[in-house]
Amino acid sequence: MEMVKVTVDGQTVEVPNGSTILAAAKKAGIKIPTLCYHEDFNVKAMCRICVVEVVGARTLQAACSQPVSDGMVIITNSPAVRQARKINLELLLSNHPQDCLNCVRNQRCELQALADQLGVQQQRFHTKTRPESPKDESTAALVRDPDKCILCRRCVEVCHEVQSVGAIAPGNRGINTQILPAGGVDLNDVACVQCGQCSLVCPVAAIYEQDHTERVWAALADPEKHVVVQTAPAIRVSIGEEFGMEPGQVTTGQLVAALRRLGFDRVFDTDFTADLTIIEEGHEFIDRLTNGGVLPMITSCSPGWIKFIEHFYPEYLDHLSTCKSPQQMFGALAKTYYAEKAGIDPKNIYVVSIMPCTAKKFECGRPEMSASGYPDVDAVLTTRELGKMLRQAGIVFSELPEEEYDDPFGITTGAGVIFGASGGVMEAALRTVYEVVTKETLPSVDFNAVRGIEGIKEAEVDLKGTKVKVAVANGLGNARKLMDLIKEGKADYQFIEIMCCPGGCIGGGGQPIPTTNEIRKKRIEAIYKADAGLPLRKSHENPAVKTLYEEYLGKPLGEKSHQLLHTHYTKRGKYPEKSVG
Amino acid sequence: MLAKTDCSLPTPKLSAILDKYKKSPGSLLEILREAQAINGYLSREILQLIAEEVGVPESKVYGVATFYSLFKTAPTGRYIIRICESAPCHIRGAQDVLAAIEKTLAIKPGETTPDGKFTLEFTSCLGLCGVAPAMMINDQVFGNLTGDRVREIINSF
Repeated sequence: MEMVKVTVDGQTVEVPNGSTILAAAKKAGIKIPTLCYHEDFNVKAMCRICVVEVVGARTLQAACSQPVSDGMVIITNSPAVRQARKINLELLLSNHPQDCLNCVRNQRCELQALADQLGVQQQRFHTKTRPESPKDESTAALVRDPDKCILCRRCVEVCHEVQSVGAIAPGNRGINTQILPAGGVDLNDVACVQCGQCSLVCPVAAIYEQDHTERVWAALADPEKHVVVQTAPAIRVSIGEEFGMEPGQVTTGQLVAALRRLGFDRVFDTDFTADLTIIEEGHEFIDRLTNGGVLPMITSCSPGWIKFIEHFYPEYLDHLSTCKSPQQMFGALAKTYYAEKAGIDPKNIYVVSIMPCTAKKFECGRPEMSASGYPDVDAVLTTRELGKMLRQAGIVFSELPEEEYDDPFGITTGAGVIFGASGGVMEAALRTVYEVVTKETLPSVDFNAVRGIEGIKEAEVDLKGTKVKVAVANGLGNARKLMDLIKEGKADYQFIEIMCCPGGCIGGGGQPIPTTNEIRKKRIEAIYKADAGLPLRKSHENPAVKTLYEEYLGKPLGEKSHQLLHTHYTKRGKYPEKSVG
Repeated sequence: MLAKTDCSLPTPKLSAILDKYKKSPGSLLEILREAQAINGYLSREILQLIAEEVGVPESKVYGVATFYSLFKTAPTGRYIIRICESAPCHIRGAQDVLAAIEKTLAIKPGETTPDGKFTLEFTSCLGLCGVAPAMMINDQVFGNLTGDRVREIINSF
């Protein structure tokens, strides 16, 4: 690679030709302030916060978009630069509600942090010209607040380019510009999958998750309620970040301790029903494979993915496993099996999920998800919301001792843990399917080919004579590629795992902000570390799952399983609301 | 394949336009312009059909349709009054002309009279600064406007 020499604030650095000024400055130890820029996305150069002086250039240049050239002399901290940055920011602020104290992103807002960094201390421009818009609270998972939007377009990029959903885009013009769904309708009236990747990249509070913390506080304070909580596999490797810990720490024990201190009556693990999912889904796959069922079979754990296929590929719903997601299996069992075992009326059991996901808020409200006659799951907290509750309660996360999950839904295996990373469901399924079909012990439980953040991964597994070709996709743009292959009849896979969010659940829309691909990789490493550290690595070896079948379910895919653990899907189509002209 | 086959839609005409541009996303503006000519505005159904054929999400097609002021996403009146909001017309009394139109038709800019006859809109410079304040009604131009004159003009339609 050709290297060029540039001077940044008097220091000479060598960077690859074509690097941006931003990258060159970083190499010189200078962090140029940015706002619309996001390290994983294409450069948009919308906000002009990152302007710098380039000697010889007529105007200030945007550091995020301007490539360096050999001998370029850059000044990042002159009076002109500081003034321009500050005025650009003040103009953005002039149309932004001065409502920080009441804002869901207070102290976690990039705009607010910049105002502090650039030394904004008074509102000089009182020219709020943008017309006010109501909040859009139409969806189960997300709230849009157009008044807070600074039009950076990160959400548009993630929605179109990464997820290939395209639910929102810039509309109208000039001062009336908004990021909105087609027709200016509510988000719920277009094909939005509620994955919340937009909320993860939003620098402000223009789009964020529907709050479930108040209802959880209310349940915890209600003496009638027996409040049980389940934690998704991905939470244990991300919740620490809410408290300033480095990404990639495994904090399972502290997470359990924290939830107990919040007042939950039982702290359980979604990993348990992840193991159960493997038993049901694994047997469903074996059944389809041996009895000529619809193949490839596609996993059904990820509610954003489910809504995606319902909107965009409704004619392929029979490829989906009929298994409910681990979250919903947990809820169904909590209000039946567990209720009976513990002698508690299911109407008094309140099930809370801690999920890395916003779409889980939509999933728990699906009308078919109430196997006991009550909703399987009553409230879904994102990782961020749990962080908020723990801060409210004054729980010092880093100081907590490590504690153990409660029985019986706290007994889990490494196979359940890896559900949190892309490829994990596939690997967990293969660990079980191989041993069930071949009746032999796997030589190695690690299927490295399906691990990692790469968008589409493939592997072939030899089940003693039967070769099974599998594929794994994360991010809906990659899911779309696989679906198009199926549509064209070119997919020679038997089994596909699809996760809605990039990297899988560790990169979910409900995870701590920031979540970048670098951070995703660290969380993935932590997930496999947690897996490797567990004594049991295969779902079918989970003793509590075995007991559950003996005591209650009978056998995989049995009558009880179908009633509680399996579901059906809805053809939604790309244009869900018949629109009016 | 067209997404919907609602018989109220101008599908044959629209299909002809889409065929002409061979599903090219680069031709979106031309497609929108010709599609609008079918019945005067771009309904959600039409935007969806175009989105399907061109292979661009409806949200982006809607974004383009609402960016350009000459595209309409709602029905307009038979006569579109475009009053210039640029500086020369402003200095020469466009505000009084606007007030007279608003009073005569009882609508504000962006609105359509209940009988569907007139829509009132702002436009940027029409290049008629020599006869400011100026406006257009459909393709006809009018200059040297006053409150009285604009009332006469509207009543002549």
